Amino acid sequence: MAQKNVVTAIHDALHEEMAADDRIVVLGEDVGVRGGVFRITQGFMEEFGPARVIDTPLAEAGIVGVAIGMALHGLLPIAEIEFADFIHPAFDQIVSEAARIRYRSNNDFNVPLVIRAPWGGGIHGALYHSQSIEAFYGHVPGLKVVVPSTPSDAVGMLRTAIRDPDPVLFLEHKKTYRAITGDVLDEPYTVPIGVADVKREGEDLTVVAYGFMMHTCLETATRLQEDHGISVEVVDARSISPLDKQTILSSVRKTGKAMVVYEDNRTYGAGAEIVATIAEEAMFDLDGPIVRIGGPDIPAMPFATSLEHFYLEPEPDQLYRRMLDLARF
Amino acid sequence: MSTTTPDAACDCPAGGGSASRSKQNGVLDSAPKMAVEATRQSEIDTLGLSGEDLLSMHRFMVLARLIDEAAIRQNRQGKAPFVIPVSCHEACQVGTAWAMRRGQDIWLPYYRDLAVVLVAGMTAFDVFLGIFSKAGDPTSGGRQMPAHWGSRRLGIITGSSPIGTQIPHAAGIAYAVKFRSEDAVVATWFGEGATSEGDWHEGLNFAGIHKLPVVFVCENNHYAISVPQSKQMAVENVADRAAGYGFPGVVVDGNDVLASYAAMKRAVERALSGEGPTLIECKTYRFQPHTSDDDDRTYRTREEVEEARHHDPLDRFSADLKTLGLMDDARIESLRAEVKAEVDRAVADAWAAPDPDPATVLRYVFEED
Ligand SMILES: Cc1ncc(C[n+]2csc(CCOP(=O)(O)OP(=O)(O)O)c2C)c(N)n1
Ligand SMILES: [Mg+2]
Repeated sequence: MAQKNVVTAIHDALHEEMAADDRIVVLGEDVGVRGGVFRITQGFMEEFGPARVIDTPLAEAGIVGVAIGMALHGLLPIAEIEFADFIHPAFDQIVSEAARIRYRSNNDFNVPLVIRAPWGGGIHGALYHSQSIEAFYGHVPGLKVVVPSTPSDAVGMLRTAIRDPDPVLFLEHKKTYRAITGDVLDEPYTVPIGVADVKREGEDLTVVAYGFMMHTCLETATRLQEDHGISVEVVDARSISPLDKQTILSSVRKTGKAMVVYEDNRTYGAGAEIVATIAEEAMFDLDGPIVRIGGPDIPAMPFATSLEHFYLEPEPDQLYRRMLDLARF
Repeated sequence: MSTTTPDAACDCPAGGGSASRSKQNGVLDSAPKMAVEATRQSEIDTLGLSGEDLLSMHRFMVLARLIDEAAIRQNRQGKAPFVIPVSCHEACQVGTAWAMRRGQDIWLPYYRDLAVVLVAGMTAFDVFLGIFSKAGDPTSGGRQMPAHWGSRRLGIITGSSPIGTQIPHAAGIAYAVKFRSEDAVVATWFGEGATSEGDWHEGLNFAGIHKLPVVFVCENNHYAISVPQSKQMAVENVADRAAGYGFPGVVVDGNDVLASYAAMKRAVERALSGEGPTLIECKTYRFQPHTSDDDDRTYRTREEVEEARHHDPLDRFSADLKTLGLMDDARIESLRAEVKAEVDRAVADAWAAPDPDPATVLRYVFEED
């Protein structure tokens, strides 16, 4: 067991995986000599060589498209998109190709591909280095989308993603990279994709969240316990697609109150699907309205501290107040 | 280039896919040795093609043409909702495909590549299973539109509808081939319209940087549906674009099956010897509308199409074979009859084959346990 931040945890896990399986290659912008702009692949080039650690041209559709080809021919590519904001040129390769190849070939071909992308805001990334992209891809059958938020989950889910015979979009919240530290087991454990995790048990209220918001919710839950003796259960969705309805629904059925929190723009965000699931399947177990908290519907998070802060928290201590209101409903 | 003959285990039609390409001596010694023929003959000798090869190539061209005609008939009769014609592309398709090793090399064709996939090992029956979207359709079990080829067994990589998306796949597969030191070449085919796509650029660029064993074959028929080449690019030759990627671009007469073969043979040799990619541009035409849903009278004159028909690559190769003494009118007639019977049988058998079971529609989104 060791204490690691998210960057180190992912770096170490990826390193172990590459050392254990020489079919694994990483490719992306600056992943080689620079070791990645977030240092995830630091030292990999020296150790595994340029054939397995590929500094690609600046071309996201090409990165994913080439990786699909590699995956179709015996390699296990891990493509890095430098920032999730720049994944859009690869949308077609991800949606029309990677996600559809098994289905369209009637199971003749499959694409064991992992696409890693740092996402999310709160780090002065402004409009083009802060986006949440999970909803675009959560809508796509044939593609798995995961959003681990702790070092331990990131490691276990990365291992699962690499072993998955189908494409996985592996989203790493940038603000967790260095801000979140936690224990990581030494043995090569895995964490399944499609299984949510109750990060804090509680009785009065269920909050479903993911990414950095999950940590904000945990903090808020601690304060509510201390200040008001309110017991909040925090469910970390961890996986956007497939979504673990079971864990979410059993928590909601237990507490009778449901709140869903996400950083993405509110409208059509992934949280909307979670809310709909609760409304469809647990309506009569609820003792209060389902509360949905998402980002404002503006194109993306602005740069200035005051503006960025407003995006994440439009009213002072919004989460605290909304949780309290719901608990007291 | 290795002269390994293709995998005998693959159940492809007889006489296909460079079956006898290893024969280096021409067997056309009995052909009349007048000046013109002698030139053609020596060209063929240089290519290392036997008479048997030439006749097989010719048969594939006839097969593609007759499948095309039959498919269009099935469409008119309301039995085939959608078909994509090949006519006039047969020479560049058979010529380039012939330089590939069936069962060993890797093929990424586009929707117009009927003759390519026939050389790769698909049968007329396979093709009509696709056209009628039957359960046994080897490319997709009736899930995709016809002509969205794919077959792991034959090394044909599954294709889709978005134009140009297979180009980076070809580069990635070629990267894996090189990475694993395999004896294989990757080829991908596409129209001139596809060369405007970003994916096309990104794929060629990556292939050039890593000197990958891949051949890019453009079948330039001068139209992308209705859009003429002049509105597609400001250069005369697609091949000129290769300069931007650091590898050769070659223009060939795509209506000349042997010229197409020669260019591809050199490109395959280059790829296999580690020298990297080649872009081959085959200038050709499309006799039919873009698809069964298109009306080409809205964008090109009948005179233009009629003029193109005077350069029919199939007529031209038939004439060549006659000159070389390998064919005569009677044999061409009987070949057509024989192939037509094969196609008619394929149509009938495929039509009678079972439809996909609706209960399977939810399957294969992900791996199943
Ligand atoms: C990305 C994309 N855009 C548009 C289309 C519609 N479309 C299908 S075929 C075609 C023309 C392709 O022309 P070309 O590449 O020259 O090939 P050809 O059909 O002439 O053989 C177009 C525009 C498509 N399938 N995919
Ligand atoms: Mg065209």
